Amino acid sequence: MVDVAWQEAGVGAQDVADRARVLNRLRIGDIVFHRITKTAAIFVLVVLGGVIVSLLLGALPAFQEFGFGFLTAQSWNPVTEKFGALAPIYGTVITSLIAMLIAVPFGLMIAMFLTELCPIWLRRPIGIAIELLAGIPSIIYGIWGLFVFAPFIQQYVQPPVIAAFENVPVLSILFAGPPFGIGILTASLILAIMVLPFITSISRDVFDAVPPVLKEAAYGLGWTQWEVWRYVVLPFTRIGVIGGVMLGLGRALGETMAVTFVIGNAHRISASLFAPGTTISATIANEFTEAVGDLYTSSLIALGLILFIITFIVLAIARYLLLRIERRIG
Amino acid sequence: MDASLYASRRRRNVLAAVASYGATFVGLTWLALILGVLFWQGFSGLSLRVFTEMTPPPGAVGGLLNAIVGSLIMTALALLIGAPIGILAGTYMAEYGRHSHLTSVVRFINDILLSAPSIVVGLFIYYVMVRPMGHFSGMAGAVVLSVLVIPVMVRTTEDMLTLVPDTLREAAASIGLPRSLMIRQIAYRAARSGIITGLLLAIARISGETAPLLFTALNNQFYSTNLNAPMASLPSVIFQFALSPYKDWQDLAWTGALIITLAVLAMSVIARSLTGTRKAS
Repeated sequence: MVDVAWQEAGVGAQDVADRARVLNRLRIGDIVFHRITKTAAIFVLVVLGGVIVSLLLGALPAFQEFGFGFLTAQSWNPVTEKFGALAPIYGTVITSLIAMLIAVPFGLMIAMFLTELCPIWLRRPIGIAIELLAGIPSIIYGIWGLFVFAPFIQQYVQPPVIAAFENVPVLSILFAGPPFGIGILTASLILAIMVLPFITSISRDVFDAVPPVLKEAAYGLGWTQWEVWRYVVLPFTRIGVIGGVMLGLGRALGETMAVTFVIGNAHRISASLFAPGTTISATIANEFTEAVGDLYTSSLIALGLILFIITFIVLAIARYLLLRIERRIG
Repeated sequence: MDASLYASRRRRNVLAAVASYGATFVGLTWLALILGVLFWQGFSGLSLRVFTEMTPPPGAVGGLLNAIVGSLIMTALALLIGAPIGILAGTYMAEYGRHSHLTSVVRFINDILLSAPSIVVGLFIYYVMVRPMGHFSGMAGAVVLSVLVIPVMVRTTEDMLTLVPDTLREAAASIGLPRSLMIRQIAYRAARSGIITGLLLAIARISGETAPLLFTALNNQFYSTNLNAPMASLPSVIFQFALSPYKDWQDLAWTGALIITLAVLAMSVIARSLTGTRKAS
């Protein structure tokens, strides 16, 4: 190995002066490499700082114009230059929440299947399939939602649901209006399908980390599979599961393409889940290149800032929780 | 023994098992359905023309050549910029500052960047590159993608270097190999397949990115390799064509979606087989 070092430095003769010079060069090379890697590590922090600072600066004109009213105003009118973020914020939160309500139980049950019920030979293929699906770009889900899922919903799901709940108090408001196909509920369903592989694969990983001794002890007492999963596995992995769910939520909140295709892009807050709406990311994706005027652009960047703050908090909590379970497992 | 309690426990257990089987079945068929439609629609439009002709105006025939070339150029540039930074940062975290405060801060921030919404990164690059320059450009698109590459590379490099046994490092040090050479000649070599896996995962991650490209690289109807001008990319062409009312544009969007999916799946499968062999050996 010393030969390798010598070769690198290009030395043939081995007299004392040469040696000293080469050692010096190696020492400097060491210092330089150390500095370069440290700079690269600090650069990661600089990137995040850059994101925050540029969003703050970009959003400043909008906040100066509208103040905190920006967060509570519902109007979004490029002609009169009156902008409010309430409709996109509402859309982002409601679509993500509905998506999680559907995806979390499904994801947990699939993870339970993979870790407890599934025959061993089938575990790897299904696990791999789910991980591959987690990597499929979101635009694929979006285009499928637009051409296949939304027409299906419009034709076969919405009319009977609207008819069925017509005279039921609360539900008639939730499922009202003409069947557009696209809208809040369709976007939520697409999001649910998208985050499902995530939640499944993270939950499976944390379920797998439960020490077999614990489960065996419970089985030894005569517990059923469900009881072992519900009262041993789930409590033991609670923190990790919540972390995984938060990670999925972070993804759902920031998801752009899958939602943009099917949300309908209406700056309105409707009680009906069938009505078109919008989310922060869909608004930015749809309007940014067409935005004329500094105030319009600034308002869109302000939306981006709000999205970043929301996802930052969710992701920070997720990472903190996952870190805690990692430490406990060791 | 209370027979009714026993029966109800069994019943609950069976119910849970049914729910679990059912969830898996529904989830997997749903996802299979998406892929099925994608393959069906995409393959029916797939021909040599897709790879040799430009994106057409509505009503004419054409392909996706400019979009494919644009995507390749921006992906390659993004890797050239992002991968070295990511690998070096990961090297610092695993080799020099394994227990330092800086490392834990960088790791936390990097994990946040890893799952931060890409559209926000797009806004950032718009603000620092597109706005000062006054126009959209392929270069800005490449820089956005490189910002998305960095966290993936930091994470995998750190993980893979941490897996390299310390005895290798000690052996190298004991025969007088300087630390930087030890890292480059021993640690990198031992972690090579892992780092290549990270590269493939990074490519898979950025090749489908759409949102941040919309307002950095924009799009371009014509063949262009000029990095200073707007540049077409597969995802943005899919976005534009899918939302258009023209049937032949929509068909091309499906074909483009199939190409991206196949590329991403290929990357993931190769990456998986690389780590698989490493674990086996």
